[in-house]
Amino acid sequence: MPELLSVRNLRIEAVSHPPGEPPRRITIVDGVSFDLQKGKVLGLIGESGAGKSTIGLSALAYGRGGAEITGGEVILNGTDLLTLDNTGIRKVRGARVCYVAQSAAAAFNPAHRLGDQVIEASVRHGLMTKEEARKRALYLFGVLGLPSPETFGNRFPHQVSGGQLQRAMTAMALCSNPELIIFDEPTTALDVTTQIDVLAAIKHAIEETHTAALYITHDLAVVAQISDHIMVLRHGKTVEYGSVQQIIEAPTQDYTRALVNVRQTARMEASDQTSPLLKSDNVSAQYGNGFKVLHGVSLHLCKGQTLAIVGESGSGKSTLARVITGLLPPSEGKITFNGKTLAPALKNRSRDDLRRIQLIYQMADTAMNPRQTVRDIIGRPLTFYDGLRGAAKTARVKELLEQIEMSNGFIDRYPAELSGGQKQRVAIARALAAKPELILCDEPTSALDPLVAEGILKLLMKLQEEEKLSYVFITHDIAIVRAIADSVAVMHRGRLVRFGPKSQALSPPFDDYTDLLLKSVPEMEIGWLERVLDTRRMESAGN
Amino acid sequence: MRLREIPITAWVGMFGIAIAFFCALFAPLVAPYGETEVVGGVWQEADAQFFFGLDNLGRDILSRLIYGARTTLFVALAATVISFSLGILLSFIAAVSGGIIDTAFSRFNDLMMSIPTLIFALVVLAVLPQHLIVLILVMAILDSTRVYRLGRAVALDVAVMEFVEAAKLRGEGTTWIIFREILPNTLSPLLAEFGLRFAFSILFLSTLSFLGLGIQPPAADWGGMVKDNKDGIIFGIPAALVPGAAIAALAVCVNLVVDWLLKRTSSLKGGRGDA
Repeated sequence: MPELLSVRNLRIEAVSHPPGEPPRRITIVDGVSFDLQKGKVLGLIGESGAGKSTIGLSALAYGRGGAEITGGEVILNGTDLLTLDNTGIRKVRGARVCYVAQSAAAAFNPAHRLGDQVIEASVRHGLMTKEEARKRALYLFGVLGLPSPETFGNRFPHQVSGGQLQRAMTAMALCSNPELIIFDEPTTALDVTTQIDVLAAIKHAIEETHTAALYITHDLAVVAQISDHIMVLRHGKTVEYGSVQQIIEAPTQDYTRALVNVRQTARMEASDQTSPLLKSDNVSAQYGNGFKVLHGVSLHLCKGQTLAIVGESGSGKSTLARVITGLLPPSEGKITFNGKTLAPALKNRSRDDLRRIQLIYQMADTAMNPRQTVRDIIGRPLTFYDGLRGAAKTARVKELLEQIEMSNGFIDRYPAELSGGQKQRVAIARALAAKPELILCDEPTSALDPLVAEGILKLLMKLQEEEKLSYVFITHDIAIVRAIADSVAVMHRGRLVRFGPKSQALSPPFDDYTDLLLKSVPEMEIGWLERVLDTRRMESAGN
Repeated sequence: MRLREIPITAWVGMFGIAIAFFCALFAPLVAPYGETEVVGGVWQEADAQFFFGLDNLGRDILSRLIYGARTTLFVALAATVISFSLGILLSFIAAVSGGIIDTAFSRFNDLMMSIPTLIFALVVLAVLPQHLIVLILVMAILDSTRVYRLGRAVALDVAVMEFVEAAKLRGEGTTWIIFREILPNTLSPLLAEFGLRFAFSILFLSTLSFLGLGIQPPAADWGGMVKDNKDGIIFGIPAALVPGAAIAALAVCVNLVVDWLLKRTSSLKGGRGDA
């Protein structure tokens, strides 16, 4: 079978502008080669900065943000795309090779109807008439399982959900009957329960149309469901390239093995969960416009333990954290801490109450003042709560840096000069500096690469042992819950649907939502997607 | 920041500003004649002795230009500094507090801005005693309404960032949040605006002097000098053009520096590299 796409010795460079240093040339992708046949899917996997998106875009002969393809060949059906001129390449883009972006919400023009945007490329390229394109879009909406395909195209992007938008974008890519589609993390921004539908739709559509695809993601479990081959990338170089079976079941490289085995740690749950440190009694909350986001949530957490709150976006789990901190006073109910009722609003709480509860944010980037050095960021709580100054403060900051496993050399760096994982570690040190009893972790690892996230989780576990900390850990990742929690709370649309010790909460009999949530988490196992879909089909047939 | 990275235009601007400040500081040493000294005939033409010629009373234009830099720069600088301190303080308080305070400050600001600046200044200055401090304060307060608008806009962007929320959670007071969390992150646009407003102040002062409500004679100031000599233009005497050109040159110089600062204004992600 002839190759549809052959990439040979691809080399991509860019000019980097590090803060405070002269610009220099860096190599983003170095010597990457692969082949793709018609109807097959190749998964590109790696952490951020591994060059996976850059490689994907090279199949469109496009370099984003100053990236420049400086060597190698990208051969599509016998033509080297890199030798084509602007007119030539324009005939390829959107017609023979299409692209599905990560954030469909940002990629669609909010001022035009979905249907017009979906058929635009095909009509502009003169591949089909408007009528033909409409018909094809209608057919694709059906294949992708979108609700009422006849009228779906008349809607505007803001009128459909995130998962539907991502499927509409896939329809847009498929509309012109392309030979190759590039999926750039199409499900990363979606909730697990939505992700599974989009994955199934994409897989079905690829099978139906016999298109080849490059599937870019950082989630090995996802790529295992959809690809025929996998290429593992790191620092712009190929680590391992092989069939899905070989990569998942018999990885030969250490890095791949680490990716496959990530999060195999599990915490034994604490047996005694009776004397609560934090208690939320029938808490309801609403935002200014009267929109109720929490409905009577009651749960508790014991000293030295971890309570994991899971749920999809919009389920109210972060709102609960805001209520506990006092940022959003509850409209009903109360928060009890250490046997004492906390003042509902932040400004009525004593400095000592504030010190005891610290918050770690999801985005360490925005949680730290970019104009303060690590010394100021970690040192401020020391001055503020304990009145430490000068040498005593510096010594304590260094101690804290040691605790978060960073060297003293970082003390005078600015946040912009730290990596994502390091920033999150500094944020943890800032929380730790207040000597808290409870730390609220609001998805602290979800913006990080799997291996870095694993390091942060291990650090949090270690600190819990050393400092006898209690955590409220907000996440949408069930694997993390299994790894670190003592008790689990499942939230859905502002209500607590399940709460109890981990062993109870995560074992049957389940309520409907928890069941759906648990079944939607991709497992690193070939054929998982089909199995789940089959079960669903049987269930609905049984009903 | 490296000296080499500063573009040539910014150097030109800084050089021009430096000359003006040098003249202002050392006027008695630099100026060939006294500020109010009559040294020759009315509107005598430029020659080797009088570089720019003489003015409508026979005073040396070059000397008056040098002395005029003193009042012009001092009044403009003082007015800009005061207007920025006032504008930034009030706008940041409004942005951080929100609610009724924000509404009250902002609507009062709108009220002030709805009255044309020049007319407002003319009325107020005509009523109040003619004094340098009064002049500076009136200019500062009128200008601070513009600073307030900008300050509130940039501070609102920063005030919703999570690190500000983290500071509030820590229990920090408004003073810390304004000066330590928000101000450092809004410095770049505010600095650029400062340069711009400084140039506007010079022009505004010149306008006021030209109308007779700014610096009072016989003290020299650039705007006043244009007014004194404007009649000469009818007779083809260029004396009024010299101080006019000085105003234009200073404004251009300040803007060259401001353009460079604006280019350096980068996103919040920037660390050591900017401002």
